[in-house]
Amino acid sequence: MANHDIDITVRRGSVHALVGENGAGKSTLMKILYGMQQPDEGTITVDGEQVTFGSPAAAIARGIGMVHQHFMLADNLTVQENVALGAERLYGIGGRARQRIMELSDAYGLAIRPDVLVEDLGVADRQRVEILKVLYRGARTLILDEPTAVLVPQEVDALFDNLRELKAEGLTVLFISHKLGEVLSVADDITVIRRGTTVASVHPADTTPKQLAELMVGSELPSPETRESTVTDTAMLTVEGLHLSATDPDGAVRTVLDGISFVIRKGEVLGVAGVEGNGQAELVETVMGMRDPDGGSVTLDGQDISHTPTRRRREDGIGYIPEDRHRHGLLLEAPLWENRMLGHVTEEPNSRGQILDLKSARRDTERIVADYDVRTPGIEVTAASLSGGNQQKLIVGREMSHHPKLLIAAHPTRGVDVGAQAEIWDQIREARREGLAVLLISADLDELIGLSDTLRVMYRGSLVADADPATITPEELGSAMTGAASGHLEHEEAQGRQAPEDGDGGGPR
Amino acid sequence: MKKIDKNKLILAVAAPLLAIVAAIVITSAIILSTGEDPIRAYTVMIEFGSKSDSQVWIVDKSVPYYLSALAVAIGFRMNLFNIGVDGQYRVAAFFAAVVGGALTLPGFLQIPVIIIVAMAVGALWSGIAGVLKATRGVSEVITTIMLNFIAGSLIGYFLQEGRLAEKDGNLFHTPNIPDSSHFFTLPTNPEPIGGFVVIAALAGVVYWFVINRTRFGFDLRAVGHSESAAEASGVSVKRMVVTSMLLSGAAAGLVGMPTLLGSSYNYGTDFPVGIGFTGIALALLGRNHPLGMALAALLWGFLDRTGIQLEFEGYAQEIVEVMKGVIVLCVVIAYELVRRYGLRLQQRKVGEELAALARDKGNGTNDKAGVSA
Repeated sequence: MANHDIDITVRRGSVHALVGENGAGKSTLMKILYGMQQPDEGTITVDGEQVTFGSPAAAIARGIGMVHQHFMLADNLTVQENVALGAERLYGIGGRARQRIMELSDAYGLAIRPDVLVEDLGVADRQRVEILKVLYRGARTLILDEPTAVLVPQEVDALFDNLRELKAEGLTVLFISHKLGEVLSVADDITVIRRGTTVASVHPADTTPKQLAELMVGSELPSPETRESTVTDTAMLTVEGLHLSATDPDGAVRTVLDGISFVIRKGEVLGVAGVEGNGQAELVETVMGMRDPDGGSVTLDGQDISHTPTRRRREDGIGYIPEDRHRHGLLLEAPLWENRMLGHVTEEPNSRGQILDLKSARRDTERIVADYDVRTPGIEVTAASLSGGNQQKLIVGREMSHHPKLLIAAHPTRGVDVGAQAEIWDQIREARREGLAVLLISADLDELIGLSDTLRVMYRGSLVADADPATITPEELGSAMTGAASGHLEHEEAQGRQAPEDGDGGGPR
Repeated sequence: MKKIDKNKLILAVAAPLLAIVAAIVITSAIILSTGEDPIRAYTVMIEFGSKSDSQVWIVDKSVPYYLSALAVAIGFRMNLFNIGVDGQYRVAAFFAAVVGGALTLPGFLQIPVIIIVAMAVGALWSGIAGVLKATRGVSEVITTIMLNFIAGSLIGYFLQEGRLAEKDGNLFHTPNIPDSSHFFTLPTNPEPIGGFVVIAALAGVVYWFVINRTRFGFDLRAVGHSESAAEASGVSVKRMVVTSMLLSGAAAGLVGMPTLLGSSYNYGTDFPVGIGFTGIALALLGRNHPLGMALAALLWGFLDRTGIQLEFEGYAQEIVEVMKGVIVLCVVIAYELVRRYGLRLQQRKVGEELAALARDKGNGTNDKAGVSA
């Protein structure tokens, strides 16, 4: 089992945070508590009564509900329909359901609008719908799996207000997060899991983020700070006036990238901040060649690659750490060594001519596993059986092994534990010192500010603001991400100035 | 590491075993319900099927089955459902027969010409579906089914006196190919086996090599695993769709060749139909594996052969078809069950081994944490 000797006690009417490295066994524990997996030994007690959960339905019947990290909502249905879906027996699908939704929404300050289509909702609203769904099914204990991963700071605050509201009404919240500052601000109790077992239970008043992180990793904590500049004068990636339209499912054509211009020089990390869905994914896919821009140009190391196929771009030295590693980075049911070849099958050591070189590929996979500390019993296991952090380390190892000139890193440490996070940051920093140019997209503002040499803010398909990572704060960046501020962001007076600059990408000076 | 390999082996054996046992139990129950004795049925089948003339018959019969399974499997490996192998091989065999009947070259030239024409026509026919999918996003399931009907009509139109066929009794067929184009046979007793079995075996080896050992095969499998990941890795999925449909059709072109070059020597109204659909069942049964599909093809030949005998022994003639259906269902279900179980087992194993690993070297770091906390 992934877990052993887990002891955790959650008090009624409290917010209890569960922190730990990825692969430490948090998800397994959650799955057991929610009835998706059965423990080999040990007991679960709810309200003094020993229980066993054979399925999520059994857990819900006991008042335990789960809000997953990836939302499970039907986009083309309204909020009310989504909430009632699968729980029609409780309050029907009509007036009674609506009444119940409004009761819950008012009681916990969720501000739900039942008639809005889910596709028109932002991430934070969707999350509230998910929470409501669980409450609607009668949950008194809520399990939230990394709820803040997709939110900007202001939205996180709003979520925490909701959680406090729930707590005040006597509900219990079990909350998983990697962001220790947040955990400390909202939790009443904190349990730390390391390597499948509970190592500590602490009170937020008695601890600091640093101590918590050290408990999680079991050693000293690194930070993303990189202050000494390695930026050179040679442009590696130049993007000019990039324009991309996409046709959405209704057939309407809309602009997703509008006049994007920037330059990344050798040894420079350009960080792009933005609320998800503002064109970052499309920007990455256009630079990777997975989407064809209808205007503007992309130049890599002096060569125009605006319309070159993806494979050529990879061979020319673009490394890619995708945002969604399951969709774009891995073949989940294939062994690790086949995953090592993915994206680089035309290059050494994976093939010679048209023929695969399985021996070298296997040997090199062993090397990556060792050098990048991918925790796995071997290279024949499928990628799916590794934890998220280890999958990501494999991807980073793979991409770095081909000595890219430009690395596109989209949320490189999302869902990755503190230990792996530090290793990935180290890799990026080291390669940057050797002249790597990095395009960094991240929702983790600390990571962006800590790693970047230049910061840009993306809003509705345009780069609307820039900032100096040496002085900017996450809050100031957050307000630009919601479109409230643009232009050059100065510390203290973040408001007002217009004229988003475009062109040379000189960045904040 | 070793442990997982051993498990893998057990799992690999478990699936077919489970399927066979389930299939036998269900078939026996069905035979019993018709008021007959299942044990006697199996005895009849085994005795009759193992006779030497039966063996020759089974091998000959399984060659086109195998080629058809290969054609289907090429598509399956990248999640393309080529239901059109049936139409592809018939169109291919028809035009190959027309070309073969019109030419009189020496055999070493004419046989390759006939085979190449068949493969090209098969590829062309499946390529239509491939291009439609890549450019217009039309599901290959729909287009290939419709192309099957078009193939039937096309052949029906040309297979008339005064067009491309001649009349022979009640039948219409294309002109016979010259004797020089008859395929060689392997001298066995009591009858020779058609030499096309060699080509089929070769095709199996090529299939295995291309899929497992070449860059192209890797790209193809990557698309089969995850289209989005393949696209991000630099595979042009659209081009891959067209290419693999072409290859699948080319392989389908071979299906009619053992019959055309080995026994019928022309394409007539009595040319075998439906082998393309059998190929789908066999590709499922053989898990797209070249050896698995070979075994499946032989099993089908065996069932075909012994089914005739069962009828003589007073069993319902449909019983063999029922067996086939039961086997395919059992195999598909058993493999899926075992696959899921295996995946879960592996995830557990990985977790277990990592936990053990962590415990071994964990003590040192624990102390450290204790201090800092």
